[in-house]
Amino acid sequence: MAEKRKTPLTKELTKGIIAENPVLRLVLGTCPTLATSVSVTNAIGMGIAATLVLVCSNVVISALRKVIPSKVRIPAYIVVIASFVTIVQMLVKAFVPALDEALGVYLPLIVVNCIILGRAEAFAGKNSVAASFLDGVGMGIGFTVALVVMATIREVLGSGTFLDGIDSLTALFGYTGFTGFKNILSQPMAILTLAPGGFFVFGVVMALANMLAERKGKPKAEHTGCAGCPMAHSCGLRASDCSENKEKEEKAV
Amino acid sequence: MKMFAILLTAILTENFILSKFLGICPFLGVSKKLNTAVGMSVAVIFVMALSTAVTYPINVCILVPKNLEYLQTIVFILVIAALVQLVEIILKKFIPALYQALGIYLPLITTNCAVLGVVLLNIDNGYTNGMTGFAQSMVNAVGAGIGFLVAMVMFAGVRERLESCDIPKNLKGLPSTLIAAALVSLSFQGFTGVVEGIFG
Repeated sequence: MAEKRKTPLTKELTKGIIAENPVLRLVLGTCPTLATSVSVTNAIGMGIAATLVLVCSNVVISALRKVIPSKVRIPAYIVVIASFVTIVQMLVKAFVPALDEALGVYLPLIVVNCIILGRAEAFAGKNSVAASFLDGVGMGIGFTVALVVMATIREVLGSGTFLDGIDSLTALFGYTGFTGFKNILSQPMAILTLAPGGFFVFGVVMALANMLAERKGKPKAEHTGCAGCPMAHSCGLRASDCSENKEKEEKAV
Repeated sequence: MKMFAILLTAILTENFILSKFLGICPFLGVSKKLNTAVGMSVAVIFVMALSTAVTYPINVCILVPKNLEYLQTIVFILVIAALVQLVEIILKKFIPALYQALGIYLPLITTNCAVLGVVLLNIDNGYTNGMTGFAQSMVNAVGAGIGFLVAMVMFAGVRERLESCDIPKNLKGLPSTLIAAALVSLSFQGFTGVVEGIFG
C-alpha cells in the first residue's frame, strides 16, 4: 500500500476485503469492532456508516491533498472526517433512530476510528481520487465483513437469534416483513454478548484468519503499533519510546 | 456519596477498556511493559480530566443555549486535538520533567477514542446541570482514567507472564492477547451490581 508500484485500480478495491482486511490483517478499528458486533444488525449498520464516512473522507482528502500543507494535515483530516461523521450521525438519527440508539456513543466515535484516519494518512493523502475512492469502498467492505463475521458468531451463540431487528434497516427500502430468525438455540450463552465474549470471539476469529493467511504463505497479523498508528508521523522522532520499538532496540543492543 | 458511586462505577463496573471497549489500541499496543503502561495511563487520566474541564463549559454555555448540539462531535474533537498540542508545548517549555514522563504519549492520545468517549458519555449520562454536572463530569472522567490505569496495569502483568508461555503457533501474538483480555474482562464482570449493592 505504501510502496510506489503501479497497481491496477481493481486491486485497490479488492485488497481491503481479504488480503489487507483492516480489522483482521491490519488490526485497525478494534474498538468499534468489539463494541458493535453484538448483533448482526448493529454490525451492518456500523459497517455502512463507517464505510460512508471512509469513502467520503478519502475522496475529499485525496482531492485536497495538494492544498493541505503537510504540517497541519492531521488536524485538517480530522476536520474533514468529523464533518462527515456529523452528517452521517444526523442521517442515522433521522432515518434509522433504532440504530442510533443501538450504536449510541460509538456512532460519533467513528471520528476517531483508526481505519479512517489511518487510510487518510497512508493512502488518500498520497493517491488519486479514483484510487482513494476504491480504497475506501474496499476497506469499508472489509470492515463490514469482519464485523458481520464476528457478529454472526456472537449473536447466534450468544442470544440465539440471527439478523434480529433487521427490519429497522430494511425499512429504509420500504420493506419490514422480515424481522430476523429467532430462537435458534434454546439456551444461548449470554456471556458471548457481553464484553469478555467480544474479546474471546475476536481472538478466535483472528487466530483463524492467521491460520488461513499462513496457508497462503502470508505473515500473520501483528499489532503494528507505531506503523499502524495514524499519529506515527507526529511522534516519529520519539518512536524509540514506543514499547514495541524499544524491544527491538534492546534486542539489537 | 453520589460522587463516590459515580467514581466506583467508572473504575469497576463500567471500565472503559474491559466493558466499554474504548481505548483498545493503547491497551493492546502499550501494555507490554509495566512502566510504559503506567506512563500511558497517567497521561490518559490527565488528558481526560483536562478535556472534560474544557469541553463542559463549551457544551453547557455555548452549544446547548444556541441549539448547536449537532456540532458536539466536531467541536469536541477539535478542542481536544488543539488542547493536547497546547499542553505538549507548555509542558515542554515549563515543566520539562513532566514532559519527559508524559510527553511521548500525548500525541497518541488525541485520536484515542477513550478521551472523546468520556466527553460524549458525560453528556449521554446527563451530567450537564450547572456546577453539580461539572463535578459529576470531572469525577466520571477521573474515574474512567483510573479504570484505564487499573486495566492497563493488570493486563501488563498478565502479558509479561504470557510472553514466556508455549502457545499454539496460530494463537501466538494478538489472538492469545485478546483471549487473555477476555479472561481479565471476565473477572471485571464480577463487579456487576457491586456499586448498586453498596449505595442502593
